[in-house]
Amino acid sequence: MAVLVLAEITGGELNHDATARTVTAASKLGEVTVLAAGAKAADAASEAAKIAGVKKVLLAEDPSLGHRLAEPTANLIVSLAGEYDHIVAPATTDAKNVLPRVAALLDVMVISDVIEIVDADTFKRPIYAGNAIQTVRSKDAKKVLSIRTTAFDPAGEQPPAPVETVAVPADPGLSEWVEDKVAESDRPELTSARIVVSGGRGVGSEENFRLIEQLADKLGAAVGASRAAVDSGYAPNDWQVGQTGKVVAPELYIAVGISGAIQHLAGMKDSKIIVAINKDEEAPIFQVADYGLVADLFQAVPELIEKLPEKNA
Amino acid sequence: MKVLVPVKRVIDYNVKVRVKPDGSGVDLANVKMSMNPFDEIAVEEAIRLKEAGKADEVVVVSIGVKQAQETLRTALAMGADRAILVVAADDVHQDIEPLAVAKILKGVVEEEKPGLVLAGKQAIDNDMNATGQMLAALLGWPQATFASKIEIDDGTALVTREVDGGLQTIRVKLPAVVTVDLRLNEPRYASLPNIMKAKKKPLEEKTPADYGVDVTPRLEVLATEEPPARQAGQIVGSVDELVSKLKEAGVI
Ligand SMILES: Cc1cc2nc3c(=O)[nH]c(=O)nc-3n(C[C@H](O)[C@H](O)[C@H](O)COP(=O)(O)OP(=O)(O)OC[C@H]3O[C@@H](n4cnc5c(N)ncnc54)[C@H](O)[C@@H]3O)c2cc1C
Ligand SMILES: Nc1ncnc2c1ncn2[C@@H]1O[C@H](COP(=O)(O)O)[C@@H](O)[C@H]1O
Repeated sequence: MAVLVLAEITGGELNHDATARTVTAASKLGEVTVLAAGAKAADAASEAAKIAGVKKVLLAEDPSLGHRLAEPTANLIVSLAGEYDHIVAPATTDAKNVLPRVAALLDVMVISDVIEIVDADTFKRPIYAGNAIQTVRSKDAKKVLSIRTTAFDPAGEQPPAPVETVAVPADPGLSEWVEDKVAESDRPELTSARIVVSGGRGVGSEENFRLIEQLADKLGAAVGASRAAVDSGYAPNDWQVGQTGKVVAPELYIAVGISGAIQHLAGMKDSKIIVAINKDEEAPIFQVADYGLVADLFQAVPELIEKLPEKNA
Repeated sequence: MKVLVPVKRVIDYNVKVRVKPDGSGVDLANVKMSMNPFDEIAVEEAIRLKEAGKADEVVVVSIGVKQAQETLRTALAMGADRAILVVAADDVHQDIEPLAVAKILKGVVEEEKPGLVLAGKQAIDNDMNATGQMLAALLGWPQATFASKIEIDDGTALVTREVDGGLQTIRVKLPAVVTVDLRLNEPRYASLPNIMKAKKKPLEEKTPADYGVDVTPRLEVLATEEPPARQAGQIVGSVDELVSKLKEAGVI
């Protein structure tokens, strides 16, 4: 079977972790070709060529592909689809934007957020915010899937596979990129961080959220947030963890002032160790926490920052 | 401009979902059902566009079991003008896949000729996040997904999108499909007089055959299971104890 993997590329840069995890999943299906598409994607293509299991990289460069606009990207994938049995991408916002469009153009159903590959036609995926796991068998000739990256380990390294340039279909010109507002940060990326510290409504304000950030920095962690914290303006939208935010599965997840609504749990309950700090002992977050501390966060978090070992110690 | 809003009847987001012991699915009998939360936001946005003079009619459409007319009445009570119910299933456990929904919606669009389709970003039951994108593909229209801000002007929509890296703004030509995210607006509650008025608003019934669409699923559901449960943890008495537990566990 031949598998086409859409590499996650933003501003010419490869998201190595998301792509390498997707290659692991795709390798269970067959021989992997990676598509590196962008306004500039040559560097990303050479990097993707070194992910273990990749047989070939297709490089597609065109200004229309620069901001992952759905229409030109979907047309490109469809133009290449003929040779592949599976079209696979990490379940990022970019891929979730593009893949269903690809699937509809191919008249097949898309299968989102795959967490397990049972065989070439059969997949497991969470439904109802992870309250149930469904096993589905696709009857379509081609399978279009997005992969929940936290469910697969990243593939290792290999000597580079060949990179081939492919033609890019004409831009349909239906949409136009205007601007990106990207928060720059030195912290690890939320979805691949080893430790995540998240704050909720209990944190109370944007100023108080600094406390969460300080705790994160002490641990070398990424910062997350509940929807309530984002909606209240304490934290930016790209920090939201949950059913409709990001899905994380770090070694350590610390939830501070978060009640533990099912929609939040959907994004973090596969973390290895969960710590909850909440002043309400009845908070549902304690039902999934390995270690729960019933305390006022404004006392517990400063004390924790003080007593934690330095991250490099 | 007419705005078309597809609304799905789903299990209420506050309900604790139970997987049936025989693995055949999720128990939906006698469970509170509501409008998909994202669709409420889409209906609200459509009504605001009408109030702002950017739209002249809001048509809502639902595809599924007959009971979905309750969902449509809710949308009418919020302020939508007209509703279309496409009865495509008679068992509440039968979910119509996004591809089939998109094909039916394409048929509705061809009849109704809206300038904008405002859908939810994802249905909270199947969590597929696909229908809007599929509809845009079938129509050959542009799409703007995960919208947290929409401005309509001069035959285009300027849409701010919630993406992994932050926010992205794009401009799409109308007609277009826009899918809405949670922070776009706060949907209003329907007032009692409006709930009464909604009972008299037109609700037309159709079938998939009216649009020539076959709703046979492409994905066969082999099993529906509970996710693995987490082992119960422990309550620690102090920050010191927490720090030592984390050291023991080797994570710090
Ligand atoms: C369709 C839909 C999708 C959603 N998607 C998401 C999602 O992706 N992610 C998400 O997070 N939510 C999501 N939600 C929202 C979710 O249902 C909850 O409303 C939200 O997670 C609550 O956030 P919270 O725990 O921060 O706030 P709350 O539920 O208000 O909890 C605040 C907690 O802080 C504690 N607290 C207060 N003060 C202190 C203090 N001084 N010290 C210690 N503890 C304190 C309180 O005891 C309480 O438990 C979604 C909802 C819907 C309807
Ligand atoms: N059966 C349906 N009837 C009406 N609208 C639907 C239906 N299914 C999906 N939708 C619309 O498509 C959006 C995304 O759903 P999904 O692709 O299933 O996650 C929803 O928020 C609705 O706006």
